[in-house]
Amino acid sequence: MLSEPLNAMALLANFVLVPAVAYGSQLALGALGVTLVYGILRFSNFAHGDTMAFGTMFTILFTWWFQSMGINLGPLPTALLALPFAIVMCAFFVLLSDRFVYRFYRKQRADPVIFVIASVGVMFVMNGVVRFIIGPDDQNFADGERFIIRARDFKQMTGLSEGISIKVSQGITVVTMIIVVAALFWFLNKTRTGKSMRAYSDNEDLALLSGINPDRVVMVTWILAAALATIAGSLYGLDKSFKPFTYFQLLLPIFAAAIVGGLGNPLGAIAGGFVIAFSEITVTYAYKKFANYIVPGDWKADGLLQLLSTNYKFAVSFIILLLVLLFRPTGIFKGKSV
Amino acid sequence: MIGSLRNVTYFLIMAGLIVAVGQMQSWNVALSIVNLCLISSIMALGVNIQWGYAGLFNVGVMGFAALGGMAAMLVSMPPVKEAWAAAGSGAAIGLLIFVATAVAALVVYRKLAKGKLRTALVMGIVVIGYLLLRIFFDPTTTTIEKVNPAATGYLGGFGLPILLSWPIGGLLAGAVAWVVGKITLGLRSDYLAIATLGISEIIVAILKHEDWLTRGVKNVNGLPRPVPYEINLQSSEWFLSLCERLGTNPVTFSSIFVKLCYAILFLTVLLLILWLSERALRSPWGRMMRAIRDNEVSANAMGKNVTARHLQVFVLGSIVVGIAGAMLTTLDGQLTPSSYQPLRFTFLIWVMVIVGGSGNNWGAVLGGFVIWFFWIEAEPLGLWLMDVLTSGMAVDNPLRLHLIESAAHMRLMTMGLILLLALRFSPRGLIPESTKQKV
Repeated sequence: MLSEPLNAMALLANFVLVPAVAYGSQLALGALGVTLVYGILRFSNFAHGDTMAFGTMFTILFTWWFQSMGINLGPLPTALLALPFAIVMCAFFVLLSDRFVYRFYRKQRADPVIFVIASVGVMFVMNGVVRFIIGPDDQNFADGERFIIRARDFKQMTGLSEGISIKVSQGITVVTMIIVVAALFWFLNKTRTGKSMRAYSDNEDLALLSGINPDRVVMVTWILAAALATIAGSLYGLDKSFKPFTYFQLLLPIFAAAIVGGLGNPLGAIAGGFVIAFSEITVTYAYKKFANYIVPGDWKADGLLQLLSTNYKFAVSFIILLLVLLFRPTGIFKGKSV
Repeated sequence: MIGSLRNVTYFLIMAGLIVAVGQMQSWNVALSIVNLCLISSIMALGVNIQWGYAGLFNVGVMGFAALGGMAAMLVSMPPVKEAWAAAGSGAAIGLLIFVATAVAALVVYRKLAKGKLRTALVMGIVVIGYLLLRIFFDPTTTTIEKVNPAATGYLGGFGLPILLSWPIGGLLAGAVAWVVGKITLGLRSDYLAIATLGISEIIVAILKHEDWLTRGVKNVNGLPRPVPYEINLQSSEWFLSLCERLGTNPVTFSSIFVKLCYAILFLTVLLLILWLSERALRSPWGRMMRAIRDNEVSANAMGKNVTARHLQVFVLGSIVVGIAGAMLTTLDGQLTPSSYQPLRFTFLIWVMVIVGGSGNNWGAVLGGFVIWFFWIEAEPLGLWLMDVLTSGMAVDNPLRLHLIESAAHMRLMTMGLILLLALRFSPRGLIPESTKQKV
């Protein structure tokens, strides 16, 4: 049968490639925020996962508000319209946290670990606010069309018995990721503020000497981090669903992505996001059906052929993290010093 | 002198608060708070050893406590004979593969010189061991889980006295800490934090999903106790005559008596660990640790192996946390994997250490008492506050209902705020570290 390998490919594309690309884009955006904060402020921001939840909460609240007024984007989810407003709110609160928490330690030139502990404190305050306002339960806020391609249509088009479906949220995730990353790189490489940020990240003393305003650099960093967190969180929420605790758990894959790519290196964060997403999904995918397609004859797999149960998907990020720390502590693309 | 007078006052105030709870609510409540305070204090001591002595940021306290809890279950529960009969050989093969993998990895680790080759070989052995385990052991787990799933469905434990599990839980936690520390210590301080966050999530995931080992979310109930049961007390003569002499009701007094027995056990462990920690802190070793914490470069220049000492102190602290985790499961009488929440087991302990006074063992103990006390009493307080705040609104006002329903989440916010405020305005804590040398 000639169509068997094609079916196998379609199966993998549907259950591994498409979800991994979407998940990888979300992780990449999250890791970009972590890596920016690390590059400029020089600490691992544990509050980033909850900043994502915080921003997403505003996206949801604005979405509900728009929906109640009858505003929508037709086939696209209303959340896209809510996103800019949510970013403004999230950036405002993140700047507040900087003003009241981090600035003090920056002036004191405190040890990085103190910043990390402070960020854990911020994380719990944000987590508490999110649960207080929107509750700890699942919220589904996707509306508009659900699919770009349905599995059934794909099967009819190609005559295969395996279909590929692509959700609108997955398409939007990838498109948004590309636009955001392009805009971010343009900003960092072409604008004056972006250049001053890179200068500050490379050598703080020289940057200060050449008259770069550190407060401005820090402020812009926080705004960018908040924007990236809100976008990443909203896309993740659209694609799956919004639950505050899941966002706390995303912290590990996001950190792993940032470290795999090299902390402080934006390009590395994107690569790291995809490395983590693809490993997580390929390792936890059950290859039973795939093997039945590609192995000729009547042989049938008797197990699920799953390397690791999905319950342990976080173990994948963790193991990749350990491997990177063991073999190349600065990450694939050279990041900041170890 | 003024400092020590102040410290004694803190502990007296704490004792006063507990007595007040005993008088106003009940002695039963007061004693259960005391028991959990004692366990919290031990956990805080463990974190203080890592953070206060050496400046290591461990975000995985939950995982090490969960390992202790698992040890308590595995040591004390009787083995499930049917499961062993049905799957004993499979379990033996699984154990054999596991041990062989560990031994092979250790031999390679010891024999080869440090380098990427050794790391790669150890990794390879672990991966092969894992795949073999999956191939040979997976069918066994299904067999085990099929044996009377409603009541058992797991292998059970060793049926040994549960008190033994306290040191064993500590050792288990220490072993995991050694592996994590070996890889991440010596790199940036953030990496240890991230790695411990990861390992704790994984440990709890294993507890939740490996039903053949821990029954997963079905929980293991009825762990044997190290202290008498209330029912037995109520029918024993010496106890009844004791009640008569004290003039109390045997039913209420029996539960108070059981809690007192626990409290004595816990207090003994706390005092022992506290004594050891104090001795360590005042010894040359303790001074070296603080020297490393305060200036790694100069300590290194004096010939101190910073990474090795960090590893040592990280393992020691994790052992203490593991012991406390085993004690907590002993007190609960059941292993509930879903109860391991990062807020309760990692974050709260951190607040205890920072509020109490990082680097000071007495501070950690005081922090354990104070924070646990307010953690417990915050819920009725928060509900009452919400009730007062919303008293002007109609009973079925949606905002009022939402606020009252969300009062529980106020804990998160309050604890976060307490941590931020303590870190900023009182970074040395209630009982600051004493830098004076005792002669």
